[in-house]
Amino acid sequence: MIRVKGKVISIRAKTITEAVADLCIKANYELPEDVIGKIKEAERREKSELGKYCFDQIMRNLRIAKLKQIPICQDTGMVVVFVEIGQNVHITGGRLTDAINRGIRVGYKRGYLRSSIVDDPIFVRKNTGDNTPAVIHTSITSGSKIKLTVVPKGFGSENMSRLTVLKPTDGAEGVKKFVVDTVKQAGANPCPPSIVGVGIGGTIEKAAMLSKQALIRSLDEHNPDAKIAELEKQILIEINKLGIGPQGFRGSITALSVNIETYPTHIAGLPVAVNIGCYVSRHASVML
Amino acid sequence: MKKEKRLDTPLTEEVRRNLKAGDRVLINGFIYTARDMAHKRLVEAIKKEGKLPFDLRNQIIYYTGPTPAREGEIIGSCGPTTSLRMDKYTPILLGAGLGGIIGKGQRSADVISALRKYKSVYFAAIGGAGALLSQKVKSKKFVAYKDLECEAIYRLKVENFPVIVAIDTYGGNIYKR
Repeated sequence: MIRVKGKVISIRAKTITEAVADLCIKANYELPEDVIGKIKEAERREKSELGKYCFDQIMRNLRIAKLKQIPICQDTGMVVVFVEIGQNVHITGGRLTDAINRGIRVGYKRGYLRSSIVDDPIFVRKNTGDNTPAVIHTSITSGSKIKLTVVPKGFGSENMSRLTVLKPTDGAEGVKKFVVDTVKQAGANPCPPSIVGVGIGGTIEKAAMLSKQALIRSLDEHNPDAKIAELEKQILIEINKLGIGPQGFRGSITALSVNIETYPTHIAGLPVAVNIGCYVSRHASVML
Repeated sequence: MKKEKRLDTPLTEEVRRNLKAGDRVLINGFIYTARDMAHKRLVEAIKKEGKLPFDLRNQIIYYTGPTPAREGEIIGSCGPTTSLRMDKYTPILLGAGLGGIIGKGQRSADVISALRKYKSVYFAAIGGAGALLSQKVKSKKFVAYKDLECEAIYRLKVENFPVIVAIDTYGGNIYKR
């Protein structure tokens, strides 16, 4: 017999589908406030003439996209969905994965968003036509709610991301060097100014996951650990010293933020993942 | 800051020679969309000495895959995609007479030397500014490769389409200053 302590809440698959559809559209038309705030701050700090021109065009584009309901960027991304499910939640009327993919199908059609997903990555590469499937990360938390975060990730910046496993003795200097090198190698390609998500520790897939989570962390915050927060600041300074500048046209601002997330790791290793995101850092969340 | 230069297509060699890396330019006239798969097909056609879907000479190719247009609109969001993926095809297209390219990001050494050899220009549009750029497109006509969907070749009529000269005919390169 199954005994349920506390109240079990039912959430319908259809509710999830509708929420995902709305989030896909919202995320592609409007940037979160913290991202816009960082862009404006960077615009004030940029010294190069062409860099200033880039920021002017970037801000105009954001205004037009929101006003006319046009996607900010034509690369409306591969959709990453973070689902945090309270352990008292029971999903009814369909499978969670199907509900999410249906939401993407509906949202991408309704929102005039581009379908950029191919079914087979190596050989045929046929477009699935509806931007599915999503990359879904599910975690079980406490409580009776579902939190959905939709992240349409563009590949101009995804393509420039890297992962390595450093030696334990490489320490903070090793991390710093790898992150700065990654941004340097990426150069103008990921549409700088970038947001640099860094995942450190765990295993390789854990580090990669952390780097994606770091990318969508609020840009108004630093890592709560003072030593890591300091590392974030130092790496950002180093990156901006590269002089790559907005769009790679040379200038003061190459990155808007460096966000680091960490996890315990093995005595023998130091995994580091760098997920580069462009300034069009799209993500939207809802609590059901 | 210097004012933008106005350019009209087709882009003759004389006009191209007057452009310098870092110049801000407003393009007027026709540009052709093509990205990864369309490049592969264009180059295959050139190699087989087959007929090309449009005359490349003095024309501009724009690396973009737009979002679908809303009813009543000409085009959706249409910013530039990363140019380096087209690097292996670009010298062949330049050799066939292509006058200019609009994309974003650095180019390979082969592309840079081909631009110099054929006196062609590489322009950069602002990556991620697809909504803004969509407002500069005044008409859109299908040209070739319908099966490629958003990657098919279209002829766009543009007015004051804003770009920056990234690599000029003299080897001047905005990414290497």
